Amino acid sequence: MPKKTETILVKEKIDEFVRSAADRILEWDDRLDNIALVGIRTRGVHLVRRIVERIRQEKGVVLKTGILDITLYRDDLDDNPASPQVRGTEIGFNVQGMTLVLVDDVVYTGRTVRAALDQLIDFGRPRAIKLVVLVDRGGRELPIQPDFSGSTVNTKSGQDVVVLLAEEDGMDGVRIMSRK
Amino acid sequence: MSWHRKHLLTLEDLTREEILHVLDTAESFKEVSTRSIKKVPALRGKVVANLFFEPSTRTRISFGLAAKRLSADTIDFVSAGSSTVKGETFKDTSKNIEAMGIDIAVLRHTAPGAPKMLSECIDARVVNAGDGPHEHPTQGLLDIFTIREEKGKVEGLNVLFVGDITHSRVARSNIWGLKKLGASVGVVGPATLIPKKIEELGVKVYYDLDEVIGEFDVINLLRIQLERQRQNLFPSIREYSRLFGINGERMKRAKPDVVIMHPGPINRGVEITPEVADGANSVILKQVTNGLAVRMAVLYLVSGIK
Repeated sequence: MPKKTETILVKEKIDEFVRSAADRILEWDDRLDNIALVGIRTRGVHLVRRIVERIRQEKGVVLKTGILDITLYRDDLDDNPASPQVRGTEIGFNVQGMTLVLVDDVVYTGRTVRAALDQLIDFGRPRAIKLVVLVDRGGRELPIQPDFSGSTVNTKSGQDVVVLLAEEDGMDGVRIMSRK
Repeated sequence: MSWHRKHLLTLEDLTREEILHVLDTAESFKEVSTRSIKKVPALRGKVVANLFFEPSTRTRISFGLAAKRLSADTIDFVSAGSSTVKGETFKDTSKNIEAMGIDIAVLRHTAPGAPKMLSECIDARVVNAGDGPHEHPTQGLLDIFTIREEKGKVEGLNVLFVGDITHSRVARSNIWGLKKLGASVGVVGPATLIPKKIEELGVKVYYDLDEVIGEFDVINLLRIQLERQRQNLFPSIREYSRLFGINGERMKRAKPDVVIMHPGPINRGVEITPEVADGANSVILKQVTNGLAVRMAVLYLVSGIK
């Protein structure tokens, strides 16, 4: 059976998300050197790079950034046929007292964010952790909500939200694909 | 995914891709030891049993700490002096420990093949922590990891092992691993301590260290097991040290950026003088640090296989 595909965000909308996210993030701490953006692998890392570049253009300041690989904190390690690949976490600054902004492409069940929160707290005690996502697709299984999202769509469990970013996929866009 | 093994028994068994997968995974685990809380929850609720039927300090502590940093519970079985535990007794001991519900058994034993035998008689995953003179796969992996970190590659490097090759499980695991990753391997030592058929592994054999020392990028010094001297395999410690010990004078003939390794414990003044062991070319303590990351990676990878 052919898959049904619907484009929900085009490149211009993703650019707009980057600009709005940058504006919002700057409101979350009076001191820019106290804000750090942490991207969840893989596409969250690219979004962090774009947001930081936008802030650099606007304010002339380069914010601190980090990368999270949440594999070792997953709650479904026992359900996998083999240990999933670990690709490394890079938090090259002291998180104590910082405002950390967690960035990912999609929030769905909330389990990835739960794992990311647990991991971040193992680095120290930040002042606050905020969540920024490009797409909130509903379907939460844990009490976790984004502080800023680029778009909200209500999806069903038979659907996949596919985020394409030029750095990874050669083009920008967000699509919903129906499996049946 | 390039890891499908329930046990890590030898490096002879592993493919080039599997070795690289462990090294890459270890790379990610190195970062965990730099955190404020040096622990990840990956093996929470799992039990790792360290079964050491032969003395060991470094390896046992390293595996114990690696398991703890993965949030596993650990139990230590140390059979002081009972190195002759074999056959049914060894099997029974293992069966009993397994009955307590362990997930991973880390085994050090004097008998070559003991880990393989254990893997065939219990359901838990088995990691070889050294089986007699046969293999010491995690030591081989951590040595190769350290070489790659220092030199940025393994392929095309010239690596020399010095000393007692015959009784060295460290050399054997390293040779299997290094050859698979495309390094050239040489061995040098007293003729009585070099196994007859070693060339069949694709290794070059030398007897004069001074003649060849300048050709190598990495020199791995094997511990002289002092008990061997009593078997008259070489005339005296002093003569060994004069011919094969690495000292400041000998270092002048080596490449300026040569990497000096030793699996420990070192006999200062025998295989290596303090000025070299503590000098700029020595990575001996980095090997220990890397060993922790490599063992975390191995425990994580085997734990995922049903």
